Amino acid sequence: MHEVAPINPWVALAYLVSGILFIMALRGLSSPASSRRGNRFGMIGMTIAVVTTLITHVPRGADGALDTIAIAEVLAAIGIGAVIGLVTARRIAMTAMPQLVAAFHSLVGLAAVAVAAAAYLNPQAFHIADAAGQIFTVSRIEMGLGIAIGAITFSGSVIAFLKLNGNMSGSPIMLPGRHVINLATLAAIIGLVAYFTQDQSPWVFWTVTGLSFLIGFLLIIPIGGADMPVVVSMLNSYSGWAAAAMGFTLGNTAMIITGALVGSSGAILSYIMCRAMNRSFISVIAGGFGADSSAAAGGS
Amino acid sequence: MDFISIFSIFLLACFVGYFVVWSVTPALHTPLMSVTNAISSVIIVGALIASAAAGSPVSKWLGLAAVVMASINIFGGFAVTGRMLAMYKKKER
Repeated sequence: MHEVAPINPWVALAYLVSGILFIMALRGLSSPASSRRGNRFGMIGMTIAVVTTLITHVPRGADGALDTIAIAEVLAAIGIGAVIGLVTARRIAMTAMPQLVAAFHSLVGLAAVAVAAAAYLNPQAFHIADAAGQIFTVSRIEMGLGIAIGAITFSGSVIAFLKLNGNMSGSPIMLPGRHVINLATLAAIIGLVAYFTQDQSPWVFWTVTGLSFLIGFLLIIPIGGADMPVVVSMLNSYSGWAAAAMGFTLGNTAMIITGALVGSSGAILSYIMCRAMNRSFISVIAGGFGADSSAAAGGS
Repeated sequence: MDFISIFSIFLLACFVGYFVVWSVTPALHTPLMSVTNAISSVIIVGALIASAAAGSPVSKWLGLAAVVMASINIFGGFAVTGRMLAMYKKKER
């Protein structure tokens, strides 16, 4: 196994605390009495994770001095996001909540893709490649999974948003032979991720990315508008897995703990939501039973 | 840390995630989903690491773009959850 960058025990401890705060946030949101406190725990946990990372990963120039321009850029990036996020959250109508959550998911998916691409383009800076620039095999698998899941989360969430927002018909769209297309695309993604361990050429990496964007789109279009909340929750789970996969790549415990937490709780939440709506979990995820089950039967 | 330690942490976190949400009240499904979404923007940690990494401008800008996206999600996600919960509280009274 390759050595990841040395880990400072205080950093690991801070990430652990933020992980525990996230657990308490999820737990708090399970009952009305503790829900607001839960939301606050989440904010504190996120603040700890972000501040810790800002301190440990201060941009430095080649001579080791602090790179003030780069620091300003990072802070500006956070600030821009904060303004957009807060304004959107304040202005949005309460009835538009599901599509807003879907839109937010697509950002997490795209961010995961961007992080994976950044790691792929500059592997030595992340300590995941040898001196010759050959990326370690484990890292290639983690990176491949991260970008695939991230891309699926992005394009899937965009479709979910368009359907919930009414920009796209809420009725299921059935492509002829969609099962064959989906299976072939999935098989191609898995095959290419496997091939990526042998050959780290750009075409393999970008083809995986492109096919994953495509499958996210294909998997969500046959699902009807009524089932979208469950789909959004499922995509939420995916965004967690994407973060966890990137956490493995970067050897970062905050991303691994939190990603796994979001991934598994999101999956359970979508199962619970299905049960509350009297829908079969498998049929929602398999797609096509959305608005009209007879349409699905005819389409397949 | 070696792979197996990291993997152990990952698996245990999966189990915690599995058990923690089972008892959620149906009325809180959407806020819980929204807070889970906000928490998933922990990807910002990776984005910050990428934007601080030296050596490749493209990689740095990808990192910065990811920081903006994740930051929208953090602030927007927690704020929206807060709004939903405030509404819920009024209904309760």
